[in-house]
Amino acid sequence: MDQSATSKKDHLYLSDYDRELLAGERGPGPQMAMRIIVRMAEILGVERLIDIEAAHIDSSLYMGAATLEFAEKLVDLGAKVSVPSTLNVSGVDEYGWMHWSVPPDWAENAKRQMRAYQEMGCIPTWTCAPYQTEFKPKFGQQIAWGESNAIVFANSIIGARTERYPDLLDICAAITARVPAAGLHLQENRAGQVLLRLKEVPERVQRHESFYPVLGYLMGKVSGEKNPVVVGMEVEPEWDQLKALGAAAASSGTVGLFHLVGITPEAPTLEDALLGNEPEQEIDVTMDNLREAWRELSTADGRELDLVVLGCPHFSLAEFERLVLLIDGKEKHKDVEFLVNSNRAMRALADEAGYLRSLEVFGGVVTVDTCPLATPMLSPDIDVVMTNSAKFSYYAPGMLNERVVFGALEDCVLSAVEGRVVRDESLWRT
Amino acid sequence: MAYVIQSRPLVAGCAEGEVLLSDKPLSFWGGYDSKTGEIIDRRHPLSGEFAAGKILALPFSRGSSTTTAVLLESMRGGTAPAAILTIGVDTFYALASIVAEELFDETIPILSLSPADFERLKNGDMAKISQSGEITISTQAEVQPVAR
Repeated sequence: MDQSATSKKDHLYLSDYDRELLAGERGPGPQMAMRIIVRMAEILGVERLIDIEAAHIDSSLYMGAATLEFAEKLVDLGAKVSVPSTLNVSGVDEYGWMHWSVPPDWAENAKRQMRAYQEMGCIPTWTCAPYQTEFKPKFGQQIAWGESNAIVFANSIIGARTERYPDLLDICAAITARVPAAGLHLQENRAGQVLLRLKEVPERVQRHESFYPVLGYLMGKVSGEKNPVVVGMEVEPEWDQLKALGAAAASSGTVGLFHLVGITPEAPTLEDALLGNEPEQEIDVTMDNLREAWRELSTADGRELDLVVLGCPHFSLAEFERLVLLIDGKEKHKDVEFLVNSNRAMRALADEAGYLRSLEVFGGVVTVDTCPLATPMLSPDIDVVMTNSAKFSYYAPGMLNERVVFGALEDCVLSAVEGRVVRDESLWRT
Repeated sequence: MAYVIQSRPLVAGCAEGEVLLSDKPLSFWGGYDSKTGEIIDRRHPLSGEFAAGKILALPFSRGSSTTTAVLLESMRGGTAPAAILTIGVDTFYALASIVAEELFDETIPILSLSPADFERLKNGDMAKISQSGEITISTQAEVQPVAR
């Protein structure tokens, strides 16, 4: 390891454009953004910066005074994004927050932060699933995305190239259109490293929606910072299943890219996925491992239930459609709340298709722009939450001080109707 | 017993405090309460520990992109660790300290250790960090001398 951070500095080549920004010739906003990009490049010890074509900005999430101050400082300094930049969830449902337990001062500050990012020219998509919008990237494109589930989806399922961008750096990348030539931007870092072999995992399990979040949770736990590769998939998963897989892996681990051999674009064969290398580690995944992971995703036992949360990551139109088929003709129990998270554009499409009407009759509600992990919308009386999302299951106990039950979409609907936790556990029992 | 190791400062600075160590990575989003400095990831071995003012040693950050924002908020609120030690280069923690310098002219040291040096650390050790990245570690034995 190089012990000297300063010696790296001499090796970083900056283009004329980079130097202009750094010297403040394009204003103090771009200068501050470039100063931060260059410091990160020095820390990484890279030789150059590269262009990006698009960005997804997770910095829009209001976390408190400092994130707001950062956004408004960039606006005051005249910063504007110079590539198409979609916005992740914000800290508040801009027009719907008053129906929930959101403190008004939180709402006011979060809205200020929303305005700041729009003033910088970002696109108000307000979603953690930008790959479900018209702005989804293309195979091979160099992009700078924030939001862990979006990053892993862009890299793995679409084959676009983004490093794992933390909040605050994504917007600097969008302003300068430059990023350190490092990590998953570079071909050599996209090789699979940890080989997961599905061992006697029956096709009926692989067809079940819960298989994906459970496998993802397991994958994140065993892969750490490495790129996992999975062999032994016998079915062609749907986008929403891959979304659940990636979101889980990026919650329990640091996964920014995975390959499913025969399925994802950079992995037609195992050799392709490994870029000709030997795997650093090989792990068998059995039904026992999956069962254990499935059990770990729930922290509540018993039948008690207060709330069902769906749409983590944000619900797609296809998920609305599946949900509507399940709730048709039913009504939720009066003591259980039923919440679907999505974004404005998707809600409009669901409305057009008549799905919102069905959800309303059932007694469910949609929240947009945000989600309960990003905004203090839930009443402290809510204790037990059921969800079909491994990501939500992972974060809710610590962030919301809630107990969680993980189940399939069908179980979530049935439980909401019955007013108590009901799960079909046959798949996970021996 | 005391010994000295040389780290690579990603963000340089001086700090002193008790080592709070885990070999499991931590996402600050959902894992760190920026109001109190408590580690709140209920699946993490350090759950329930308070890291404010301590030298937090973790192999790397995990999960969410928002880790940086939470660390920045905790720096502003005075509930951040006194320094963070990682193995290798963790940009998520380093960025928070860099942005804090831009915003309110404050940093916490973020230091990169070799795996071997990281492995020698123990919970409860006292660490003193210098501007150049030199870390003096006093093990518990010296803090509480054993009677002969």
